[in-house]
Amino acid sequence: MEPVTQKTNVNNALPTVSPKQRKRKNLYTSYGFVGPAIILLFVFLILPAVLALYFSFTNYYLLTPENTKFVGMENYKRLAEDSLFLKSLGNTALFVVIVVPVQTLVALALALLVNQKLMGIKFFRMAFFAPVVTSMVIVSILWTFIYNPDNGLANSILNIVGLGPFQFLTDKDQAMYSIIFMSIWQGAGYQMMIFLAGLQEIPDHLYEAASIDGANAWQKLIHITIPGIRNILVFIAIVTMIAATKLFIQPFVMTQGGPLDSTKTLVYMVYETGFKFRDVGYSSAIAILFFLIVLIISILQRRFIKENTE
Amino acid sequence: MKKNRIIAQIGLYVILVLLAILFLFPLVWMVVSSFKTEPEIFADLKSFKAFVPYTFSLDNYTGVFERIPFIRYLLTSTLYVSVIVLLGLFVNSLAAYAFARMQFKGRDLLFSVVVALIIIPFESILLPLYLIIDEFDWLNTYQALIIPFIANAFNIFMFRQFFLNLPKELEESARMDGASTLRIFFQIVIPLSKPVFITVALLTFITHWGDFMWPLIATTDDSVRPLQVGMQFFFHQPPVKYGHVMAALTMATIPLLIIFVFFQKYYVQGIASAGMKN
Repeated sequence: MEPVTQKTNVNNALPTVSPKQRKRKNLYTSYGFVGPAIILLFVFLILPAVLALYFSFTNYYLLTPENTKFVGMENYKRLAEDSLFLKSLGNTALFVVIVVPVQTLVALALALLVNQKLMGIKFFRMAFFAPVVTSMVIVSILWTFIYNPDNGLANSILNIVGLGPFQFLTDKDQAMYSIIFMSIWQGAGYQMMIFLAGLQEIPDHLYEAASIDGANAWQKLIHITIPGIRNILVFIAIVTMIAATKLFIQPFVMTQGGPLDSTKTLVYMVYETGFKFRDVGYSSAIAILFFLIVLIISILQRRFIKENTE
Repeated sequence: MKKNRIIAQIGLYVILVLLAILFLFPLVWMVVSSFKTEPEIFADLKSFKAFVPYTFSLDNYTGVFERIPFIRYLLTSTLYVSVIVLLGLFVNSLAAYAFARMQFKGRDLLFSVVVALIIIPFESILLPLYLIIDEFDWLNTYQALIIPFIANAFNIFMFRQFFLNLPKELEESARMDGASTLRIFFQIVIPLSKPVFITVALLTFITHWGDFMWPLIATTDDSVRPLQVGMQFFFHQPPVKYGHVMAALTMATIPLLIIFVFFQKYYVQGIASAGMKN
């Protein structure tokens, strides 16, 4: 019954426990606390990450794993010549380059609008936030109906103002822009809420002082509001950027990457080459490249925010 | 001067209302259409009637239940996401507490590894993770949906930040009274840390509720298929009926809506504080 006596000893914190024993017990407790998380992170995050890197240097094909050979940089060289990959990279870049600034500015504008003391302003806050409450799969399905060129709401509404009809998702030049519009519609409310919290942190007396000095609304925006939320602005831009590089659900549900690969993205290619074509080696190379892009963005974020706070 | 202000206010309201219409019309159309027949939905597309709930038929809803195991999808999602949340709260907060309060060899190194892991995007480890799960024979099981997502580096980080800001005195006096570390954690630290537990629970729930890519590849049939993937399959399953899909989408929106209505305050605080801290 040794464990029992040991336990009572500790509970009473008796001097019979030597400092050494105590130290060891503390060590066991610490490792007991961090152990489960560390083991899980190792098996389901670190290990797969290392494997992805390793596979990217092999010709691992899912159906013939016994033939796997080390091929060096072969997969990465193949990427440079793969027109589909380059197209997916370009599509992803297009999405990022438009969504990040537009969504951030839309969210900021919405936040400024709903930050005013007006009757019923709470309703408008909830209205702009409502699309966030639905999931991306759900809005993607919904908007596929809305974008239907023959039986869709979008063309009916645009027709009222004398525009269209558009082909939206079925046209290779419009599909990505249609996805971009929907994505901003879905996500802007989320950033709006973060901006709103930031705006409410700015002390009122700054605005009052500016009013006394005769500043107009625009000057207040440029000299008080924007500097006051600068860190949040950078944070949102970066978070949106990382999320945007992961674009997958919208093209998967709405267009299956088409038409003519015009909405195929990096992550879509990771999925397709890995699970459809079973080319684990090549898929891993794309995954690693994708990881590097996210890494670079994250490093840029640290730089930016450090500079700002200094 | 006063007249100008009134005009400005009216202008502001006009902008707000137009924007509200833009943000709400798809959702209103979804809900309203779910109660209409197929011919009504198509006939109304060209007029304002698309947004008017003039009929109230539940046929689309019964149609959904006949065609797909909707309730099963819903329960699967609720179950696996809840288990991730509960086990995750436990595992991550324990680890965070050790990082915040205990002295042990390799602590700082281990913690910087955890922080570095936050950067790894899930999409880049998808395929090796699939192979590992296959090695465990977990494909198409709840284990595959749950176990890889219990430990979460970012949540450990969030918990640790919170624990570091707690006053140490209570824990120290409890230790003087001979309470074990585990007991101190459960009886003193957790009650003081309710806000961070609620925030992390909420963010975890919402994140995994929206999971798509992983369940898409890790599940192969309806027995463990979650809602999001079920919706995608239903959407592409012929015959595609607008009314049926709208009814399914409307029902699929309800759980998250409930979460937001009840936890709105915490959610907004959560995303806001996540924004501020960074």
